[in-house]
Amino acid sequence: MKPILLRGGTVVDPSQKMNTRGDLLLSDGKISAVGGKIDPPDGADVVDCDGMIVSPGFIDVHCHLREPGREDVETVATGARAAAAGGFTAVCAMPNTDPVTDNQAAVGFIVRQAQRAASARVYPIGAISVRQEGKVLAEFGEMVGAGAIAVSDDGKPVASAQLMRTALEYARTFKIPVIDHCEEPTLAAGGAMNEGIVSAQLGLKGVPAEAEEIMVIRDILLARLTGGHVHLAHMSTRGSVELIRWGKDRGINVTAEVCPHHLSLTEESVRGYDTNAKMNPPLRTADDVEALREAVKDGTIDLIATDHAPHHYDEKEREFADAPNGIVGLETALAVVVTNLVEKGYLGFADLVDRMSCTPARIFNLPGGSLKRGSAADVTVFDPAARWKVDPSLFLSKGRNSPYTGMTLAGRANCTIVAGSVVFRSGIPARGRKV
Amino acid sequence: MTGALGKDLLGLESLTGDQIRLILDTAEPFKEISERAIKKVPALRGSTIVNLFFENSTRTRISFEFAEKRLSADTVNVSASGSSVSKGETLVDTARNLEAMRIDMVVIRHSASGAAQFLADRIESNVINAGDGTHEHPTQGLLDILTLRDRFGDLAGRRVCLCGDILHSRVARSNIWGLTKLGAEVAVCGPRSLLPNAIDEFGVRIFDRIEEAIEWAEALNVLRLQFERMTAGYIPSAREYNRVFGITRERLDRAQRDILILHPGPMNRGVEIDSDVADGPHSVILDQVTNGVAVRMAVLYLLAGGKPELAEAAKGGSGRGRDAGDRE
Repeated sequence: MKPILLRGGTVVDPSQKMNTRGDLLLSDGKISAVGGKIDPPDGADVVDCDGMIVSPGFIDVHCHLREPGREDVETVATGARAAAAGGFTAVCAMPNTDPVTDNQAAVGFIVRQAQRAASARVYPIGAISVRQEGKVLAEFGEMVGAGAIAVSDDGKPVASAQLMRTALEYARTFKIPVIDHCEEPTLAAGGAMNEGIVSAQLGLKGVPAEAEEIMVIRDILLARLTGGHVHLAHMSTRGSVELIRWGKDRGINVTAEVCPHHLSLTEESVRGYDTNAKMNPPLRTADDVEALREAVKDGTIDLIATDHAPHHYDEKEREFADAPNGIVGLETALAVVVTNLVEKGYLGFADLVDRMSCTPARIFNLPGGSLKRGSAADVTVFDPAARWKVDPSLFLSKGRNSPYTGMTLAGRANCTIVAGSVVFRSGIPARGRKV
Repeated sequence: MTGALGKDLLGLESLTGDQIRLILDTAEPFKEISERAIKKVPALRGSTIVNLFFENSTRTRISFEFAEKRLSADTVNVSASGSSVSKGETLVDTARNLEAMRIDMVVIRHSASGAAQFLADRIESNVINAGDGTHEHPTQGLLDILTLRDRFGDLAGRRVCLCGDILHSRVARSNIWGLTKLGAEVAVCGPRSLLPNAIDEFGVRIFDRIEEAIEWAEALNVLRLQFERMTAGYIPSAREYNRVFGITRERLDRAQRDILILHPGPMNRGVEIDSDVADGPHSVILDQVTNGVAVRMAVLYLLAGGKPELAEAAKGGSGRGRDAGDRE
């Protein structure tokens, strides 16, 4: 493997409080020198990073790669390549596959598919319960042994408080977080968007903010009871932020994520019945967006995750209430965050790198998230100012369902490096990394 | 073809007060056609209209069909059962196939909110929403408003209360938009579990007690209470609903003035409305049905690009004036 010298970029690495112009040398899959001017060793590939930010690779702890089961809408390979194109060096795949990723063999399959893809790293998340049915605990121990890094029942919220309690206790044994999709199922039943004036006018059944918040506080209290680590997926309301703050103030082991779309869009996007504005949790109000932005800024919400959810065109091209939830996000996440949080003054680039790389690595105990000497050479080079128009037909993901279609956004990945190999370079398809 | 209303009629939310008045004014000369022995004028001769009904409907479908036929359009009725829809064809494929047969207009009734707009965004033909889910039912709103206008004249400042299940009612939404755009004062009255949580933001008055609503209103538009609301747990029983919210003779008599009674039908006699009210002297429920045909003729005519000022001429000969709405 040839060494790579990333020359002349601004190295932004909150893990060592670095934010200066300098070079970065990668060799043997590790960071071998960082900062200042570095002379390229013999045979090194030199990448000109002038005007770019060089940061630890982004890590997305929440995406849906659809394999096995729906290879027509995404595979581990296409998802990993889409991730690399978005600047992600690693993603965590949710277990709502078909069949469900609820055992060691299923986890091992995803690990193998990821190795064959040789692009961004893919870490499987195992199910909490067998077949995500919310009844019988899945075999966490064996799944962790096969490579699972967390457990979640994903889109099927754990309705039983007793099962959630047990999961949090049992997960402590293996030192993994339990990720919950917070949604009180009876309140949310049949809902297609946020409950409020827009749902009332459009005649669509709404999901009240309280459906999320009831489960947020339940999970926080169960984390207090058990000492387990609960990670709350895709927070969407001001009330949730306040409850998380309450939990953190008391030292409860709760972490939380927010998606780029909940930081940038509101329920107003649903007017016209655009099914690309349909996701779960739904787009909320401008007041919620403001609260979430502040929460990312002050750290109440720990990190940003995409909830990348590709769907077939035909499935989205239909009546709003019948269309599936979710949008693709891997290839727009960076730009949505730059445009809506950095350019609007909520975050600096160091904060962005922290919320998209360092913190996910720390919370989920993953390699990467740092450019310290000896760390894994997972690096993202991005152009912080590049303005581009979103055209889903150019996505590497198989999914085209983006609410940002046609919008002009700022910030774009230029080069993505995993374990010292370039897996994406400015619009050129992935070359594949050595395994 | 795009006339004074644009390509489609999807709801009253997107219309201006002037556009609503235009439809109502255009409906006036059309009222008379239905009173003739030969109920037919050639205004839409050669036009092809598909009535695409994915939900059961008697009154609305027949009313549209009469309106189309009285304007001499060629019409085809498609219902969900027994068509390719029952074989799993998507809404958009159904519509595109119909359009490939070179139709001019589609009248659509569908259980999904937004279905009419979905269709309108994807086909060239004019689309008329005949009720989409719990969103809007614009021609019902228009015929309610025409019926009120027949009695009140200008609706500015007139007090109209919608009674019952506002949460699930497309009729309520169209009435609220239409009436407020014409300057009427609008109120709603019903159990809180059947009002949208955000009702405060609709700009309407809210009455929790039907007695207060009757005290305030000059007209009540009494909405049908669907029986599935009981099984879904929104209210405990039809019996209690009648006891607390039913429009009864006794309650109306207490107001000691005439209150106009509307109902979009079909009625549950003895639930939301008692028979002696429905059949009483201040009920205009059958006038609504009559006006429905005229309003739909006006909408069809205007969407087809008909000139509003020529509506009188379009109906051809024998104008008996515009007093058809005054009959009792």
